Amino acid sequence: MKAAAFAYARATSVVNALELLAVHGDKAKVLSGGQSLMPAMNLRLLSPDVVIDICDLAELRGIVVKGNVLVIGALTRHVDLQRSADVATYAPLLRDAIVHVAHPAIRNRGTIGGSLAHADPASELPACMVTLDATIVVRGPGGERRIAATEFFKGIYETALSPDELLVAVELPIAPAGSTCFFQEFARRHGDYAIVGLAAQAVVKDGTFANLRLGFFAVGDRPLLAAVAGKLIDVFVTPASLAEAAAALVEELDPHEDQQGSPAMRRHLAKVLLLRCVAALLARPELDTGAAG
Amino acid sequence: MTPTRPAADGLSVLDRPNSYIGKTVPRPNLDRLLQGRGQYVSDLELPRMAHVVFLRSPYAHARIAAIDADGARRMPGVIAVVTGRELEAVITPWVGVLAHLKGLKSAPQSAIAIDRVCWQGEAIAAVVATSRAIAEDAMEQIAVDYEELEAVTDMRTALDPTTPVIHGSLGDNLAFERTHNAGDVDRAFFESDTVVEAEFVFGRHTGVTLEPRAVVADWNAAEARLTIYQGTQAPHMVQNIAALHLGLKEAQVRVVCKDVGGSFGIKVHIYADEMATYALSKLLRRPVKFVADRVESFNTDIHARDHRCKGRIAVKRDGTITAFEIDDLTGIGPYSMYPRTSAIEANQVVNLVGGPYVTQNYRARTRVVFQNKNVMCQYRAVGHPIACSVTEGLVDLAAAKIGMDPAEIRRRNLIADDAYPCASPSGMRFERLSHHASLAKLLQMMNYDALRAEQAASRVRNIHRGIGVASFIEVTNPSAAFYGVGGAKISSQDGVAVRLDAQGSVICQTSITEQGQGSESLTAQIVGSVLGVSMERVRVILGDTDNTPYGGGTWASRGAGIGGEAALQAAKVLRGNILDVAAAILQSKPAELDIVSDSIVNTSDGAQRIELSELARIVYFRPDTLPPGIQPELMATRHFVPRQYPFAFTNGVQASWLEVDTQTGFVKLLKHWVVEDCGTIINPQLVDEQIRGGVVQGLGAALFEKCIYDERGQLTNANMADYLVPMSGEMPDIEIGHVVTPTLETELGAKGAGEAGTAGAAAAVANAVNDALRPFGAIITEIPLTPQVILTALGRI
Repeated sequence: MKAAAFAYARATSVVNALELLAVHGDKAKVLSGGQSLMPAMNLRLLSPDVVIDICDLAELRGIVVKGNVLVIGALTRHVDLQRSADVATYAPLLRDAIVHVAHPAIRNRGTIGGSLAHADPASELPACMVTLDATIVVRGPGGERRIAATEFFKGIYETALSPDELLVAVELPIAPAGSTCFFQEFARRHGDYAIVGLAAQAVVKDGTFANLRLGFFAVGDRPLLAAVAGKLIDVFVTPASLAEAAAALVEELDPHEDQQGSPAMRRHLAKVLLLRCVAALLARPELDTGAAG
Repeated sequence: MTPTRPAADGLSVLDRPNSYIGKTVPRPNLDRLLQGRGQYVSDLELPRMAHVVFLRSPYAHARIAAIDADGARRMPGVIAVVTGRELEAVITPWVGVLAHLKGLKSAPQSAIAIDRVCWQGEAIAAVVATSRAIAEDAMEQIAVDYEELEAVTDMRTALDPTTPVIHGSLGDNLAFERTHNAGDVDRAFFESDTVVEAEFVFGRHTGVTLEPRAVVADWNAAEARLTIYQGTQAPHMVQNIAALHLGLKEAQVRVVCKDVGGSFGIKVHIYADEMATYALSKLLRRPVKFVADRVESFNTDIHARDHRCKGRIAVKRDGTITAFEIDDLTGIGPYSMYPRTSAIEANQVVNLVGGPYVTQNYRARTRVVFQNKNVMCQYRAVGHPIACSVTEGLVDLAAAKIGMDPAEIRRRNLIADDAYPCASPSGMRFERLSHHASLAKLLQMMNYDALRAEQAASRVRNIHRGIGVASFIEVTNPSAAFYGVGGAKISSQDGVAVRLDAQGSVICQTSITEQGQGSESLTAQIVGSVLGVSMERVRVILGDTDNTPYGGGTWASRGAGIGGEAALQAAKVLRGNILDVAAAILQSKPAELDIVSDSIVNTSDGAQRIELSELARIVYFRPDTLPPGIQPELMATRHFVPRQYPFAFTNGVQASWLEVDTQTGFVKLLKHWVVEDCGTIINPQLVDEQIRGGVVQGLGAALFEKCIYDERGQLTNANMADYLVPMSGEMPDIEIGHVVTPTLETELGAKGAGEAGTAGAAAAVANAVNDALRPFGAIITEIPLTPQVILTALGRI
């Protein structure tokens, strides 16, 4: 379990990192927190010719509020998200989600940009970005591109990022007043990748959803912004309508089979999550009747 | 602690002032380990040391048509690429059979596969280079032409006539079969009121040591001597086997085993890649290091527990159990492991099923079959979790069927505490056990009735909690009956040498080994207590065949019971010798003197007479002042092996309290209790933590751990992300109580404690899950109890 030999370059600026990427293209890998890259290299699942280390790029680190947007630098570590007062205030969903990302040692090193660029369909942060309608900011030889999170994730470990581009930041619309959120995932052990997870944000007015975004993860090859949310907005949710929504949800999902669960189990658990989520967000525990079974 | 026996009159050799026995004292090796001064083989560097990696088969079963390693050989830093055929000239193959396991057969196994590979992960070539990374680079350049053969993977069809035979010379894929018939089983079933049967399925799992298997072999051609540094539980066994297959005398092999980063039975065997490393050192005349990486560990460390066991139980309406019957099947990979064999686990299952209970009607069959998967062999609590889960699962199913409380059916059937000595229907002899005292204590610790009430109240709120109880017996302190009688050169005796040095400090050499369980501590505690010296003065040396007495090592819960007794006896002799000298110096009588707190004192009034350091000074530097005719012997050696009983059985009972989310199939462990009886407790903290660690491994089996093979014999989760070891976040508090029934076979009275936790934990959890699911009519007899398994049983998916 030793990585194959590789060249190492420590980028001195974003511009320098882009120059290095322009030279090496897909023969290079960008190193930020290294929590997915290094194991993959040690297992020789990946053998990049060049590793471009961007850890020194202070310009990519930090959390700031700009008008109605929370801007998070790509190198911001999970632990910094977890401790950020701005994240807790303006993106509470992210605060709730981050503690489900692996373990403290990994959160101390892993970065938000690394997690998003890696695009594991079972990981928490991509789903949060989709739910929160984030914009992913990338920079390349042609300048900056701003990509909606819903367009960014293309498949298992696949994104809209091209080999000569660097993910530099994410922009999250500040959570509207009166919004609530829900985050839950089913994982065999604390810190494991989810079997199924749900990152949801809603605006509830007079007991009904004025807005609802449901970002499911580990139910397909990328995070899924469930269309079924539309059925629950601006209507009084009843056990029957919720059951109908749950049935419709199943049609939207294309879960994979792996050692933790069959597609049928993932569909079932997604329904359980939907019921729990709606019951929690509407503060109506009776809606979580177990009817998903 | 609840002693089951009144204390003997007068003080025993252990009941002394300042005794360390029964006290939680810090382990002498802690500071060394905490300060990073442990001596793990993985860290060892020797001059001119080369590193070996093994090219391993990607196929479960294939013929090796050709190996082209020319490119690899030419790479800078590569010292050699060695195939099985080349290594054959240095080391002979072996066959993992033992005479007392009648009918056990296996095929010759080579250090590196020759012509054919029989499991995914079997080594087909060794690449030796100046660093592991270079060796891995070179390995990628070796081209192998494989002809894939049909793989035998499903144990259920391994014996079918249409299934290929893995080793043609053996005739079939049956490695071992044992049947046992005691009492009148047919009549018992016929005359019973209720019969319950079930098939119990156990996932294959493995030990996952923090430090992988590691060996440095150093052939010194000038001395014609091989030094093997290895993380092993049995240094003298390694010495014997290495010498045997390299054509050396045992005196030409020294095995050094300092610190070991976890073992659990994984490192009590001899692995092909370790044999290859010894041979490579001899071939290349330089030190060679092999450290398994994590993927190799999953693919080659022994697996265990892959059983399917059909069980039947007969009961009367009043709860009397009248018979047990089992039909067990297990698949062990393509070879029986060496030298302990892969039939022991199945044999243990037959020995142990029904063991805690009175009934003498018992019929059993076990079959052990070959398959093209990694080898299986002994891992912590060998066979016990299978036997316990089957027995206790059947008892609970029977109790449910006749509407009896699970605690009550056990009360009515466990062997009475005053019925000893007695024997089980499989012939296991019990000196004295304490099932009822243990059960009573467990029920009191867990507040059983209140828990039942809480369970009922929760159900009303649609919260489904369950209670599972599992009684167990455990084999410890094995005599020669385990391996020696079958012809294995695995010693069942241990030796300890104790000497008093010139400043009154004590050096103690023991043949038991330390893998973290506290062998060093318990030895120092015993020696310090018996001698009357403080523990700080006692230095324990272990893990070196040149520098310890000959002995078995640490496995099968034998270190404290056997090695501890040898330490006690050696210290007793040394104490006598010291008092003889003291009497001569002080013109007194040995009987009038004692050693307390590092000094010779008067027995009568405790007055201090002479410090041990002063006595040692006289003995070593001024012997001229001693009376004529006195020859002090300030070193003593004693050996011990159990002879009266083949095994010192221990017993205990565990309980699990858990909650099943019936919507998601997730199990939350709320609490776990263990009451066990290991006889004399030397260090309560070490015993309790051993039990907790064992429980956690049992809980891993119950809920998480499984080596998942596909139908082509590919291990599909050979990494720490997909193979789920139990982690602290999911573990419940584990409360431990003791009943103390010392064995009378030794003065120490200690039985083993290292495997009790693992023996019964999974059974308790499985029973608790079924207890929780009782309102749903779902019964699960398969572990691990994954959400997928539970949701399927509930009909939700």
